[in-house]
Amino acid sequence: MPRRSIWKGSFVDAFLLRMKKKRDLLLNRKIWSRRSSILPEFVDCSVRIYNGKTPVRCKITEEKVGHKFGEFASTRKRRLSRTNIGPGRKRGKK
Amino acid sequence: MAQTLAMPVAPSLAVICNGRPTNTLSNRLSFPIATPPKIGGLSVKCARVGGVEIPNNKRIEFSLQYIHGIGRTRARKILNDLSIENKLTKDFSEEELIVIRDEVSKYMIEGDLRRFNALAIRRLKEIQCYRGVRHIQGLPCRGQRTKNNCRTLKGKKVAIAGKKKAPR
Repeated sequence: MPRRSIWKGSFVDAFLLRMKKKRDLLLNRKIWSRRSSILPEFVDCSVRIYNGKTPVRCKITEEKVGHKFGEFASTRKRRLSRTNIGPGRKRGKK
Repeated sequence: MAQTLAMPVAPSLAVICNGRPTNTLSNRLSFPIATPPKIGGLSVKCARVGGVEIPNNKRIEFSLQYIHGIGRTRARKILNDLSIENKLTKDFSEEELIVIRDEVSKYMIEGDLRRFNALAIRRLKEIQCYRGVRHIQGLPCRGQRTKNNCRTLKGKKVAIAGKKKAPR
């Protein structure tokens, strides 16, 4: 995947950067900055990531480090019909 | 053609490798002795490089590409590194083949590569990130359009759907 050059470091919004030092602030906090990377310092925090409508609960594990917050809160509604009936039906409806 | 033939063999190799990961190297080295089987006086010679691969009577640059994990660039690079002449695979002597095998085994190929990729995808699926979700759904995960096209990923499923959507 295309990657940001290393000398730039990972992008994190300023207010999140502040939390690097004080981790308690981040606990169960709403996050609107979906574009920020998840830093190793945020591991084991439970955050709520805004998906445009409601904040989605997300526990940050070690594997999620390096991804962006937005990757873990889908902005799309999942169509129930598609998963239930199967992708075959999807084409027919359109 | 030969690639499609080799494909069903590969998963079984992966199973073997899973059980005994240390055994791959010894396999690789023990094979060449048994390689030229004579069938009715007609010697069918297949050089084995890097496990199960059977490149036939093509030039080595192209027969190396039958190995999963070696493409045009890497095949050329191997030839460059070894400074070997690009001749037909069957013209190679055993010693040269052994040198090639050693060079090939430096790269991650076949079962190892497949497993590596599968693990990376499984990781994405487990952490439920966007790319993982797209993998689960069987849709492209790099932001391509899905209104039409994406036949590589959606293809198989639509083959079933094609029958259903007939009244459309």
